[in-house]
Amino acid sequence: MKRDIILAGVGGQGILTIATIVGYAAVERGLNLKQAEVHGMSQRGGDVQSHLRISDAPIYSDLIPEGRADLIIAIEPMESLRYTSYLHHDGWLITNKKPFVNIPDYPDHEDVWKKIEALPHSILIDGDKIAREVATVRSMNIVVLGAASPFLELPAEEIEQSIKTIFQRKGDAIVEQNLAAFRAGRAIAEERNLAM
Amino acid sequence: MKRMLLLGDEAIAQGALDAGLSGVYAYPGTPSTEITEYIQRSNTARERNVHSDWSANEKTAMEAALGMSYAGKRAMACMKHVGLNVAADGFVNAGITGANGGLIVLVADDPSMHSSQNEQDSRYYGKFALIPVIEPANQQETYEAAWYGFEMSEKYGTPVMVRVTTRLAHSRAGVELKEAIAENELTLPADKRQFVLLPSIARRNYQTLLGKQAAFEEESEKSPFNAYIEGEDTSLGIIACGIGYNYLMENYPDGCPNPIVKVGQYPAPRNMIKRLLDECDRVLILEEGAPFLEEQLRGLMDASFNISGRLDGTVPRAGELNPNIVAASLGKSIQVTEAKSDIVMPRPPELCTGCPHIDSYNALNVALAELEPGRVFSDIGCYTLGALEPFNAINSCVDMGASITMAKGAADAGLFPAVAVIGDSTFTHSGMTGLLDAIIEDSPITVMIVDNETTGMTGGQTSSARGKLEDICKGLGVPEDHIRVVEPLKKNHEDNVAMIKEELFHKGVSVIIERRECIQTAVLSKKLAKEAAKK
Repeated sequence: MKRDIILAGVGGQGILTIATIVGYAAVERGLNLKQAEVHGMSQRGGDVQSHLRISDAPIYSDLIPEGRADLIIAIEPMESLRYTSYLHHDGWLITNKKPFVNIPDYPDHEDVWKKIEALPHSILIDGDKIAREVATVRSMNIVVLGAASPFLELPAEEIEQSIKTIFQRKGDAIVEQNLAAFRAGRAIAEERNLAM
Repeated sequence: MKRMLLLGDEAIAQGALDAGLSGVYAYPGTPSTEITEYIQRSNTARERNVHSDWSANEKTAMEAALGMSYAGKRAMACMKHVGLNVAADGFVNAGITGANGGLIVLVADDPSMHSSQNEQDSRYYGKFALIPVIEPANQQETYEAAWYGFEMSEKYGTPVMVRVTTRLAHSRAGVELKEAIAENELTLPADKRQFVLLPSIARRNYQTLLGKQAAFEEESEKSPFNAYIEGEDTSLGIIACGIGYNYLMENYPDGCPNPIVKVGQYPAPRNMIKRLLDECDRVLILEEGAPFLEEQLRGLMDASFNISGRLDGTVPRAGELNPNIVAASLGKSIQVTEAKSDIVMPRPPELCTGCPHIDSYNALNVALAELEPGRVFSDIGCYTLGALEPFNAINSCVDMGASITMAKGAADAGLFPAVAVIGDSTFTHSGMTGLLDAIIEDSPITVMIVDNETTGMTGGQTSSARGKLEDICKGLGVPEDHIRVVEPLKKNHEDNVAMIKEELFHKGVSVIIERRECIQTAVLSKKLAKEAAKK
């Protein structure tokens, strides 16, 4: 079993929370994990990515080779496209729909969405809207994680356990919100019957 | 056996703690910051009273670590690669004094300059100081490097450098921990003149250091960080340094057919490399950083062997390695199905919404609007982003503290007004001495200290300048009526502009302190206060 995942977003959007949840579940399963993060200058509103690698075999490189990622999970649509060269031809791209516009030359939103939908395996979801419906908008990243979860080869209940553990110190209400966000995201992926 | 998921930075910190560390000394700098932060958060470190407060700069950190080593305890100085330039005086001379308690100098290099002004390779410094260098390949080795480094340091009475790079420093993996050992007792050096580098003693110590070189080479041959790995296909041999080994093995999931020398400790294992050169038709060198070992192998005449690496273009001359670059250097094709989308625009970092520097730059730009541009010297920190749109406010960023001294030099050349923009933490790191130069000559410069009361770019570490700036400036001799303080807020914009204008045309040193807390630390402390109130 191996899953090479690129997590993408803009500094401060919270991609590392997704990495932490998936990583925790993987380690609990006894899998090997490597997770390269971006710290420093880029965290100030720049593009950030994390390479998350899970495998039952030893993992050498901290970075995923181009053309080899099983998944791109993004919480910003243009950022999801920044890493398409990493995607394996069977790989999936799952991204939030809402653009984060902090540059003057951000491309036309429709064009960005079209590019994503033109990919052979992609899911574009309105994580902000779904998060607002079932929890609060702050759980948008967990909605996206939910939509990506059928592709992780980790049982949903183990990811949910991981969410419980990680949000525990913030209180039961926050845990419940994030579980609802996760399930709503997962339902969308399952509805579309897209699970591998 | 306890197992933890640790960043490379955290692995060295945990390793050092387990191996009896008594103090870490550091100034924040990407990608090294998380080492000291980890020790600051560690309950074990707190219980044991392990020193972990931030130092004013890397030089003071290096020297304090040397002092702790003098007193017989295990100490570590941590810095980013360019920080070693600041610490270099103490670092190189620590090679000559030698160590008493184990002394590790941890340097985190940043090839590809993700958060740095250059990509210098610290292995040159290790060789320059004639001390052993350990370059771990993964998080487990990084943990073990702390143990091994302290042991070797005490065995030979020498500082040991541990070199990591960004991708290892900031990547997480599982690490098996060893049983922790106790700290050393306070023990002074037997020779009370060992650390007195008077020429006569320095010459003797230097001979001692030279005498250790053969032993360092021997240690490398049997080091757990170095290995000769057999392979059947001798048409190519591969020398893989540090995390270069990981990228190599990534390309051979079923095992590499070629013989490999895995290098993780320097001086490089000469016999292993000689064997590889003897047995293989051609040798490829993979180094994360500069062609440090490649240059040594080629020598000035570059005549002896069939070597490929960064110097003949097989591997790009600049930048970090990755699995794809290594694949290309091995002649393997990369299967990329989707090109990077052409629709994607660069998204450079920017000042946060609500950042005080925004107000400072807005005021400075207005104050300077009528003058020919090109007169603002700046420094290292978040405010360096003032070079970008929409501010275009600064004209230099070179090294910690250079804003003030460059402004002075330009003023000496006749540029008036000349402005320096420097952060509070950068000022106490390396700005104070330059300001003293300017005061002694009464140079007509305006120094704007953008005081956000923290070390912002690296994530909000305690600034040595906190609460001291006015006193420092007064003490150095800035006239009190030219030390001005303003809170950079929109509502103070007009006052700020007027004040900057007044000081710009003062024919002497002025200091303007633009003081407002970093928006990141302000939000965080509010949040923490709220959480505390709930409890």
